[in-house]
Amino acid sequence: MASAESKSSLILPGEATSACWSCGTMRAQHFCSACGKVQPPVPVDYFTFFGLPRKLNINLSGLEREFYELSRKLHPDVYAKAGKQEQQWSLEQSSLLNDAYRTLKDPIKRTQYLLRLEGVELEEQSKSATEKARVKGDLKKQVVPPALLEEVFELNMQLEELKANKKLGEDDPGLVKELQNHKSQLENKQATLFDELKGYWTEWDKLGDAAPNEDRIAVRDKMVDLLNRRNYIRNLVRDVNDALES
Amino acid sequence: MSSERIVGIDLGTTNSLVAHMEGETPVVIPGEDGANLVPSVVALDENNQIIVGNAARKYLIETPERSVYSIKRLMGRGIEDIQEELKLFPFRLAEDLQPGEVLRIKLGDKTYTPPEISAFILRQLERNAGRYFGTTVTKAVITVPAYFNDAQRQATKDAGRIAGLDVLRLVNEPTAASLAYGLDKKKAGTVAVYDLGGGTFDISILKLRNGIFEVIATNGDTHLGGDDIDNLLITIALDDIRGDMGLDFRRNGEVVQAIRKAVIEAKIQLSDRAKTNIIVDLPGGKGYERELLREQFEQLIQPIIDRTVGPCRQAMKDAGLKPEQIDEVVLVGGSTRIPKVRSLVKDMFQRDPHIDLNPDEVVALGAAVQANILAGGSISTENMLLLDVTPLSLGIEVAGGVTDKIILRNSTIPASATQHYTTQVDGQKNVAIHVLQGERELASDCRSLARFDLKGIPPMAAGIPRIEVKFLIDANGILHVSAREQRSGKEAEIVVQPSYGLTDEQVESMILDSFDYAEEDFRKRQVIEARNEAGTILAALEKGRQNPAWQQLTSDERKKIDKLEKALRSVQGDEDYRSIRKGIDALNQATMHLAELMMDTAVVSVLKGKTMDDTDIGEGPAAPHPVARADFE
Repeated sequence: MASAESKSSLILPGEATSACWSCGTMRAQHFCSACGKVQPPVPVDYFTFFGLPRKLNINLSGLEREFYELSRKLHPDVYAKAGKQEQQWSLEQSSLLNDAYRTLKDPIKRTQYLLRLEGVELEEQSKSATEKARVKGDLKKQVVPPALLEEVFELNMQLEELKANKKLGEDDPGLVKELQNHKSQLENKQATLFDELKGYWTEWDKLGDAAPNEDRIAVRDKMVDLLNRRNYIRNLVRDVNDALES
Repeated sequence: MSSERIVGIDLGTTNSLVAHMEGETPVVIPGEDGANLVPSVVALDENNQIIVGNAARKYLIETPERSVYSIKRLMGRGIEDIQEELKLFPFRLAEDLQPGEVLRIKLGDKTYTPPEISAFILRQLERNAGRYFGTTVTKAVITVPAYFNDAQRQATKDAGRIAGLDVLRLVNEPTAASLAYGLDKKKAGTVAVYDLGGGTFDISILKLRNGIFEVIATNGDTHLGGDDIDNLLITIALDDIRGDMGLDFRRNGEVVQAIRKAVIEAKIQLSDRAKTNIIVDLPGGKGYERELLREQFEQLIQPIIDRTVGPCRQAMKDAGLKPEQIDEVVLVGGSTRIPKVRSLVKDMFQRDPHIDLNPDEVVALGAAVQANILAGGSISTENMLLLDVTPLSLGIEVAGGVTDKIILRNSTIPASATQHYTTQVDGQKNVAIHVLQGERELASDCRSLARFDLKGIPPMAAGIPRIEVKFLIDANGILHVSAREQRSGKEAEIVVQPSYGLTDEQVESMILDSFDYAEEDFRKRQVIEARNEAGTILAALEKGRQNPAWQQLTSDERKKIDKLEKALRSVQGDEDYRSIRKGIDALNQATMHLAELMMDTAVVSVLKGKTMDDTDIGEGPAAPHPVARADFE
């Protein structure tokens, strides 16, 4: 058959429902509800992919069940005998499914993702800062959250001391103990922050799309601020771990 | 399709196997000699004929310069990666090897790449299966170590292609093993698979639920296995001989291979006995004999088997699990027969490991299960689905030689990530991207997968182009990249320079070369070509169905095409190329009109602004009528 460019006029991207390319019946998002065949992927966000509203409180066992169900229908293994085009769609659909599941099942990734959908570029900010710092050859300067100032100062002193000791080949069990204590305090703080975050999730979920923009921005910014603080603490914990393990 | 047999292949460092589902049970297909295991040894005999398996083993000792083993260690690797291997293994590289080139191994005065040598092994397995079924086998699932990187996977796929196999899926070895284990006990739970083979170590942790086998974390070492134990014992024996007798046999291939054979026997015996003797006949009528106690052996190998602990801990950490949260531990790979390895696993996971299935065969059996799933499943595999992960993070080199990770390890595959790039100079047309695999912070410490050049970016001021690059890891764990310049909507051209590995052209020419070996293969080649062609026309037809031209066909025409399509699909897997060709020709004939209509649609859409009537579309049968509506049902 001559290879003419085909314009898939039957399937318009962005349409929530359309006709199945194979049997012509109206189809659901990812596969035809009538004949079960995989459909070309439609660019949607991860919440929509799972048919979920943009809310942060998620029923995780329900999400997992849905992930398994969709996997059974979309995974490339199911299309091993199908045509090239169907295999390609299945590959794209199941990678989208896996990407979406990975993001939504993790509470932090889910929050970050929602914030990105709301126009906040969390990662890009921190990435470009990291890159700049690296090019300049110095450590990434992070603004210490005021509430942590004193603690961070003390911790850094201890870390320096530990490094100096290690250089001299000395052991200071007391110092190690203190650092471990510090670490568990930081971990407790992380847990508290997580509880605080869950509070904001509920605030956000109550707002809905119709809420005034200021209200949405207010909750959004509270979450951004919290994630920044959390990141900072996570890095501290990592530094302490590195120092203790090295 | 019943004519379409898909076999499962375990392409191992030491031994390779082929298996299939017989009814509802996976079974290993034996070779002509009745043995299930085909040693992964390839030799070139006096007549320059390739010999594989048990028959090739004697050449290891008689003509070591014309034989090779453990080739899996070299798959997908460059010369700078294998310096350690070269110290320990008698691999003879081609002298004219250039840096960055795919390795070539000398057998006599011929040279072969690792994928070609692996292909010889695969062809032996194909022959075994062909003899067993009484018909040629062309489709296979091949297993790879879970911790294999992209280049190693690609090399394995290339080996399959060179051997004339359609590799439907690469499956991770520990995951395959879990399929074999999970077949008759469909229960829920968390399983750890500890796989210590001849040359590779993998640990995978899976969650089993309602037939879904979901890998949560995997880790390993692609250069750790029974080989390392053998090499240690060989070194000790060589040192003994040098110390006691003043004889240096380190460069004598025949003696080294004789010692290797003896220490392997000793190693195996020590799994059942408290002591053994290593006995080797040396040239000049001398002999070497040494008693080895199991305790001594265990002390010697401790540092080697301890290297499996780190990956196990990391996998558990990544899975977020403690040893007591793991319900079952499964042992895979010949090296798990060593009692010390078993006790190490028992201590680490705090439970007795499962050893119900033969650790040498379980991976091949699992591959047969996966092959059965891909073929459409049966009663025992119904509802079974494998969700595997990528073992290594995928990253991009950013400013300062740093790795920016875009797909993290242990992400379920298929997985994708999208990155945006722009230009730094006005009018810049190309952007270079360096793709890396690994966990390290610095790009130079990660594995370089490929360098991509995005070409043909429309000239714009610096920073204006917005190039979207999509990275996609498929279900085989192999990376695909596509790019699009978003402002112009133009697909950017990607020129891939794989850091290691064969180009498509090289693989194609090797496929052709490999057919020169036997005349019987000529028929097989025609079958493969006919199948490929059938695939092309079927894919084109699928595309055509979405074209408006499809609606312009009469319902009779469409019915006829549907019928012939079905007919072609039903013979596509046949072993007789003539019936496939017939199907192709018939479908080709029937779709001629559709193709013409599609051409016209394309022409018409180019001539926009003109009405249909103004357009001179010519006359006669070669110029059909795009405006004439076909009868709609």
